[in-house]
Amino acid sequence: MDYKGIIAKYKDVSGGIIEAFHAVQKELSYLPEEVIVEAAKIFNIPVAEAYGVATFYSYFSVEPRGKNIIRICESAPCHIAGAADVVAALERELGIMMGETTADGKFTLEYTECVGQCQATPVITVNGKPYAGVSPAQVSAILAEYK
Amino acid sequence: MVNITINGMKASVPEGSTILQAAQQVGIYIPTLCYHPDQSVKANCRVCVCEVEGNRLLQAACAAPVFEGMVIKTNTPKVLEARKTIVELILANHPQDCLNCIRNGACELQTLAEDLIIRDNPFELMVRGFEKDLSTPSLFRDPDKCVLCRRCIEACSVIQSVNALGVEGRGSEAMVVPTLGKDLIDSPCVMCGQCIHACPVGAIGEIENIDQFLAAVADPDTIVVTQIAPAVRVAIAEEIGMATGELPMEVFVNGLRQIGFDHVLHTNFTADLTILEEGNELLKRVKEGGTLPMFTSCSPGWINFCETFYPDLLDNLSTCKSPQQMFGALVKTYWAEKMNIDPSKIFSVSIMPCVAKKFEADRPEMYDSGYKDVDIVLTTREIGRLFRQSGIDFSKLPASSFDSWMGAYTGAAVIFGASGGVMEAALRTVYEVVTGNTLEDVNFTGVRGFEGIKEATVDLNGLEVKVAVAHSLSNARKLMDQVRAGESPYHFIEIMACPGGCVGGGGQPITKRNQKRIERIDAIYLEDEAMPIRKSHENPEVKTIYEEFLHEPLGHKSHELLHTHYHDKHKKYL
Ligand code: FES
Ligand code: FES
Repeated sequence: MDYKGIIAKYKDVSGGIIEAFHAVQKELSYLPEEVIVEAAKIFNIPVAEAYGVATFYSYFSVEPRGKNIIRICESAPCHIAGAADVVAALERELGIMMGETTADGKFTLEYTECVGQCQATPVITVNGKPYAGVSPAQVSAILAEYK
Repeated sequence: MVNITINGMKASVPEGSTILQAAQQVGIYIPTLCYHPDQSVKANCRVCVCEVEGNRLLQAACAAPVFEGMVIKTNTPKVLEARKTIVELILANHPQDCLNCIRNGACELQTLAEDLIIRDNPFELMVRGFEKDLSTPSLFRDPDKCVLCRRCIEACSVIQSVNALGVEGRGSEAMVVPTLGKDLIDSPCVMCGQCIHACPVGAIGEIENIDQFLAAVADPDTIVVTQIAPAVRVAIAEEIGMATGELPMEVFVNGLRQIGFDHVLHTNFTADLTILEEGNELLKRVKEGGTLPMFTSCSPGWINFCETFYPDLLDNLSTCKSPQQMFGALVKTYWAEKMNIDPSKIFSVSIMPCVAKKFEADRPEMYDSGYKDVDIVLTTREIGRLFRQSGIDFSKLPASSFDSWMGAYTGAAVIFGASGGVMEAALRTVYEVVTGNTLEDVNFTGVRGFEGIKEATVDLNGLEVKVAVAHSLSNARKLMDQVRAGESPYHFIEIMACPGGCVGGGGQPITKRNQKRIERIDAIYLEDEAMPIRKSHENPEVKTIYEEFLHEPLGHKSHELLHTHYHDKHKKYL
């Protein structure tokens, strides 16, 4: 993947490193070391600082992740509405634990803070798309959309 | 001026002062942690909070500027309680092993805990559980002790322009880490140790070699020989409760004998030798069209910097080894022969103001004597600890002189310890060599002082030599960029990695303030002035070594033992 080309596109944008990271992560699901080093070069900052940016925002990951990122809200409203049961269903369905990635590299499970969809809890997001009022029974159908 | 009331007292302070500065002016102490007198304001620890009339929230004294009519209270019950809670919370993340800590007794957090009368911390202890970083021979990092003040980051980035440190993550999960969260050795760290001075606690420190020293002393077959760098004497006094520069050299020498050194020699001897080798190298480059400007090569932090950031300029570096390594190569050859001692029995210890010297001594190039030229390096701080451990009372200790053959030195060697000193020493000798005249006034004051970059032009019988001196690597970078761009007007450039030169080295007694470094510089020039001989080429033992052993500067033996070469470090992440 031409991450260099992607980063270069944001060279003259102010604060462009964040947008560049988002763009690369969209392709790779995470920010590998080479990407951080290249961004430091393009935006003319030390690698230590570019790494600081990449680790500051929870939406960036410097660890390899699956193609589809499933995030489960762990804030109070979702918690009370039974997020734990949804977690259990996702873990069972995918055969991995929270924080892990499936062997085929397709799915990663992560926790997130409130995503602002408390009108129907619990909430999960897949690649940023919210699914509100999720029950454990719906989990397989949601996953099927991404298989 | 701005009129304020502080703890009921009226005061008039300069406009733009912070509450902290105003309080200092009227003699009120406000505790701080992230604040550093020579750095930018960070205001991230909140230890310095005060009450300001009209403000509901407490204000950080290190950051809040004063205004006309401001009413400040620095010690109300509310303030004291808040400070105490803040420090208790920091301590709740901090390993409780002060007794084993390298900063025990010199720790800002420890002092705060005492000043704020912290006894039973109500917060549960939660040590974060990071691994120690022991990847370099010079420095360790112990992230569990980090209080996240970020002073090390500023020392590394702003003062040194090395940028080996940054923050990973945020909030309660934030941590100071080397580049990309890897070990220090993989980062561009040049091992200058300025972060040690910046750190308020024991989260960064020198790798100690004290046990190896004690083992060598304990072994009756080992002959323990030492060399002392010029910047050590002025500062060691601070470690033993004396004023800067107050410990006379000869009493220091006796102190070293007391802790077990069999022979006490001086790095100053090889500093003088460096001047002869380096001075002649410069003249040769000027006459024969060699690579110019030539850079000095005494400061191992600077060498690491050049090898890391300016590998294209390695030819500009003088090939002279540092005085420490010249000494190391000679003590196990020339000196051993002269003393009739089996070099394999010599344990060569150097006492340095520097932590990068530990790395330098371990370089694979530094075995020219057939042995490890310098076995271990002890910093000024480590020697201070050994003195205290032995319970020496320096006020009663008689004097003792240096041992022979590599113990004599001149004022020119003494000033190696201050920024500009190597340059001045070189000029004293080069002037006489080139012009054949006696230099009446040996003081080249233009290259002295704490200014970041100093320049001078010297007229050597019609040959105009332009020189520049820089200390701190951010200043070095400016001169290097000029050289890289082909725009450098200089013939000779002296670089010292640390602020003020070796007096401000990473192995010196912990000091936050540049003012302390300036005091040490003053002590260095006083020592130079009091020396009977002040030109390196007049050192009698240096004359002897050329007559009996080296024969001539830049000669065959010199090349074998006193000169070296440099390598591109090929660092992956800068
Ligand atoms: S010293 Fe003022 S906030 Fe840290
Ligand atoms: S004594 Fe404070 S960190 Fe060690």
